[in-house]
Amino acid sequence: MSQDLKNNLKQEWYDFVPGSWTTEINVRDFIQHNYTPYEGDESFLEGPTDRTKELWNEVLELMKIENEKGIIGAETRKPSTITTFGPGYIDKDKEVIVGIQTDEPLKRGIMPNGGIRVVRKALESYGYKLDEHTEEVYKNRKTHNQGVFDAYTTDMRKARSSGIITGLPDAYGRGRIIGDYRRVALYGVDALIEERQEQKKLLEISVLQSPDIRLREEISEQISSLEELKEMAASYGCDISKPAKNSVEAVQWTYFAYLGAIKEQDGAAMSLGRVSTFLDIYFERDLKNGLITEEEIQEIMDQFVMKLRMVRFLRTPEYNDLFSGDPTWVTESIGGMGLDGRTLVTKSSFRILHTLHNLGPAPEPNLTVLWSNNLPKAFKDYCAKVSITTSAIQYENDDIMRDLYGDDYGIACCVSAMRIGKQMQFFGARANLAKALLYAINGGRDEKTGVQVAPMFAPITSEYLDYDEVVQKFDQILDWLSELYINTLNVIHYMHDKYNYEKLQMALHDIDVHRTEACGIAGLSVVADSLSAIKHSKVKVVRDENGLAVDYEVEGEYPAFGNNDDRVDKMAVEIVENFMNKLRKVKTYRNAQPTLSILTITSNVVYGKKTGSTPDGRKGGEPFAPGANPMHGRDKNGAIASMSSVAKLPYRHAEDGISYTFSIVPKALGKTTDERVNNLVGLLDGYFKETGHHINVNVFDKETLLDAMDHPEKYPQLTIRVSGYAVNFIKLTREQQLDVIHRTFHER
Amino acid sequence: MKSTGRVHSFETMGTVDGPGIRFVVFMQGCPLRCQYCHNPDTWDTSQGKEYSVNEIMAEIKKYKTYMESSGGGVTFTGGEPLLQAEFLSQVAKACKDENIHVAVDTSGFILNDYVKELFKYTDLVLLDIKSYDKDVYHSLTGARLEPTLKTLDYLKEQDIKVWVRYVVVPELTDDLDTIKALSNHLDKYPNISKIEPLAFHKMGEYKWKELGLTYSLEDTKEPSGELMEKVQEIFATNGKNVIINT
Repeated sequence: MSQDLKNNLKQEWYDFVPGSWTTEINVRDFIQHNYTPYEGDESFLEGPTDRTKELWNEVLELMKIENEKGIIGAETRKPSTITTFGPGYIDKDKEVIVGIQTDEPLKRGIMPNGGIRVVRKALESYGYKLDEHTEEVYKNRKTHNQGVFDAYTTDMRKARSSGIITGLPDAYGRGRIIGDYRRVALYGVDALIEERQEQKKLLEISVLQSPDIRLREEISEQISSLEELKEMAASYGCDISKPAKNSVEAVQWTYFAYLGAIKEQDGAAMSLGRVSTFLDIYFERDLKNGLITEEEIQEIMDQFVMKLRMVRFLRTPEYNDLFSGDPTWVTESIGGMGLDGRTLVTKSSFRILHTLHNLGPAPEPNLTVLWSNNLPKAFKDYCAKVSITTSAIQYENDDIMRDLYGDDYGIACCVSAMRIGKQMQFFGARANLAKALLYAINGGRDEKTGVQVAPMFAPITSEYLDYDEVVQKFDQILDWLSELYINTLNVIHYMHDKYNYEKLQMALHDIDVHRTEACGIAGLSVVADSLSAIKHSKVKVVRDENGLAVDYEVEGEYPAFGNNDDRVDKMAVEIVENFMNKLRKVKTYRNAQPTLSILTITSNVVYGKKTGSTPDGRKGGEPFAPGANPMHGRDKNGAIASMSSVAKLPYRHAEDGISYTFSIVPKALGKTTDERVNNLVGLLDGYFKETGHHINVNVFDKETLLDAMDHPEKYPQLTIRVSGYAVNFIKLTREQQLDVIHRTFHER
Repeated sequence: MKSTGRVHSFETMGTVDGPGIRFVVFMQGCPLRCQYCHNPDTWDTSQGKEYSVNEIMAEIKKYKTYMESSGGGVTFTGGEPLLQAEFLSQVAKACKDENIHVAVDTSGFILNDYVKELFKYTDLVLLDIKSYDKDVYHSLTGARLEPTLKTLDYLKEQDIKVWVRYVVVPELTDDLDTIKALSNHLDKYPNISKIEPLAFHKMGEYKWKELGLTYSLEDTKEPSGELMEKVQEIFATNGKNVIINT
C-alpha cells in the first residue's frame, strides 16, 4: 500500500471511522466500520424530482425509437475502449450523474476483440457496414474468437455444432466479472495505481515462469486501464485520481468505474456488484452534516439507475434468440445480513428499489435482493410490495451464500455469487443433459442428425427402456461430456485472457483472485422426469429405419419433478451431484474451481428446439422448462410443492446457482394487499428456510400478457422475470412470449 | 374408528381459504348439489384416492415451514369435509399435536358427534351460507337451510371462530332484502370474525361438461363491482368485518 495511504487519513474521509481499510484496500472493512443499518419502513422515501422526470421522459422517447428500429445507432469505425469517445450527454443541464458509453445516448459501440465476424454480422443485421479500415486492422489483429477456433479439437467442434454443449462464450465477451467499482470512490484511482505498481515490483523474481510473466503483463495492462479511466472522467470534468468527497461524487466515481468497464468490454453479463449500502455511508454523512436532503439523495439514485438502464451492447440476432430482450445483467445485490448479525439493509436498499416506482418498472438494473430470514420485517414487506406491483425483483438466499462467500459478495449475471473484488468466474454456459440422455440411448449418436458425436458404444436396442441400463449408459456419457466440457472451457478462457483481457475490471480485483470455472446444466427436469418415467412407468422406444431412437411412448403415469415427491426429486438431486463430481475430476485452466449452475436464461426455448423427443413424453422441439423449473403443467399440487422440489437441489453441488421462476396471478396471493404481502413474505421465508437458492417472482394476470402481445405499444415498461433476469415483455420473440404464457401460472 | 379418508386432491399454496399460506385438502364427496359448484368432480363419494391418517399427515407436515412463516395452516374443504368427519377428526387432532392451525370449509349441513369431535380440533370454520331464504336455499342446493344455522349456533356455543362466506349469484342470491336479513341474523354471533361475500364465477363450468352434467347457470353473468360493494356495505352494518375479493 502506498505510503500516503499508510500515514495519512485522507481528507475526503472526514467523519469516517478508521479501520484496516485505511491502510489496505478493503472496502468491506470500510462498510463494516461505517454503515448504518436501517430497520424502519419506506415512509421516508421521496418521489422523483421534476428534473428527473423530464430527463427520464427524454430517455423513454429514445427507447421508443430504439424499440421500433432495433437499435438507435452504432459506431462502425472506432473499436470501443475506455477513452475512445469524448464526453456524451442525454441533456447535460438535467443530468446529476453523467457519462454514457459512446458519444450519443443508446448508440452502440463495437468491441471486436471478442470476434470481428460477430461485429460485422451484428452491424449488417441492423443495416450498418463495418468500416474498411477497421476490417483491415483486424486482419492483422487476432481476436478471441480466432484464437479459440485455432485451438478447438474435432470433438469440441462436433459437440458445439450438435448443441450438446451450447451458448459458449467463444465468439463474444465472457462477462460475469464484477470489478469492485466502489474502490474508485473510496480510494481514488491514484492509490489503486500505486498499489498495482508495488505488486508488480514484488514479481521481480529470479526465475520468471509463464504464470508470472502473464501476471506481470496483466498488471501492466491494469495500470494502463486505470490511467485511461482517469482520462475518461477528466473529459467529463471530474478528477477521480483522489477519493470521492461527498454523495454525488461517490455515486459518480463508482459509476465512472463501471462505465469504464462497459466501454471496454461487452461481456454477456456486466454486473454492478453491491453498491447501495456502500453509497449509503456517504449519503448518511452528508445528511448528518446538513449537506443534502432526502429528495436530493433520491434524485442521485434515480439518475444513477437511469444510466444503468441505458447500458447497451451490439448483439447479433442469433445471440438475441438465446438471450432475448437485450439483457445486460447490470445486477445489483441488495440487503443481506452481516457476519456480525447486523443487517446490511440501509435506507439506500429502499432507495434503489424505489427507483422502480419513481421511474416505473424496468428489467435493468437487475435488482437482486439477498434474502435472509433475519432481514428486518419492514424491508421484507417493502420488497414484497414492490414485487407485487412491478415483478422486477429476484431473490437469492443470503443465509446459504453468506456461509460460502462472507458478507461482501455480489451476484454476477443471474445467480452466480462471488466475493466482490476477490473472485471472478470463467463463464461456461451449459451442457444439454437431456441430449446427453438421448446419446446414452443411441450409442453416442445425435438423435436429430445421426452423427456420431460421442465415442461409439453399444446403443440400447430393447423395445422398452430398462432403468438400470439407461442409468449406466448415461453415466458413461457424462464421463465423456464432463471431460470434453471442461477442456473446451479451458481453451476458451485461455484465449479470452490472451486476446480479450478485462484489464479494468481486473484492476479492480485483488491480485490473487479466486477463479471458478462455471459449468451449467440445461434440461434437468426433462432428464429427471425421463428417468422417473423409465423407472415408474413403461417407456417404449420408436426407432427410425437406421435404428436411431427418435421418439418414445410413455405407458402409464410416473411421478414428475415439481410435486415434492422424493421418488423423482431424489433422481434430480443425484443427477446434479453426479455431474458435478465428474467435473471436479478434470484439470482446469488457471486452477479454477469447477462449479455448476442450473440456469438456462431464456434459451430453454432454443435448447428444446435442438433436442429430439425425450422419454418423459416431451416431443422433439418442445421447450425445456427454464432453469431448475419443473416441466410445464406437470406440477399438480400447486406452487409450494413445485418450489419444494426445486429447493431440494443441493447448492453445494451447484454453487453457481439454481434458478427458479415463479409466476402467480395477484388473486392467488390473497384477497387484500396486506394478505398478499404477508403471503409473499411467508413464501420467500419458507422457500429460503428450505434452502432454495433463487426465485424470480412474477405477479400478474395472464390476460395482461396476452393483451401486451397484441398491443405492445400499451405496455412499454411491462417487465417480467424470466430465468435469472428480467425483460421487457414486448421485446421477447413471439415464440418466447408464448412460452412464458404457457408456463405454469399459479392461479388457484 | 374409520381410519381412512377419500381425498380428491391437494393444493399446496392456498391463500384464500383461511389466514396465511394453507395446505388445502379437497375431500371427496358432497351431499349438496349447488348450481354454481366449481368442483362438481368432488361430489361422488366413491371417487378420489384413499389416505390413512398417517399418510395424509406426512403430506401436511412437508409444508410446516411455509405455514409457520406465513401464519398459515391446513384447510379441509371439498366436497363436504364434514361427510368424513370421523376420519378428519383424527387428522385434525394430529395437526393440533403438531401445532398446525386447522380450518374447515363447510356448508355446515351436518352436525353429528363426529363433526363435534372434529370441531374440538378446529381453529376456524369457513361457513358457507348459500342463501338466507329457505326456498332459494333449497332450489340452489337441493338441501335445507336449517342445519347450517344450527351448526352456526353450535359454533357460537363452543366459541369457535367463524368466517362466513356468501356467494353472490345475480338473480339467484342477490336479493338485497334477504342479504339484509342474513346480516341482521349474523349480528348475534360474536364468534364471526369475518364475512366474505364471494363473486360468482364460472371457472368450474368446464368440469360440469366433462362430467356430462347440465350447467344451469350458463347465461348467468358475474356480479358487477357495484353489486359486490353494495353487498359488502350491507354486511358491514354494526361494525362487522367484511372483505370482498378485488
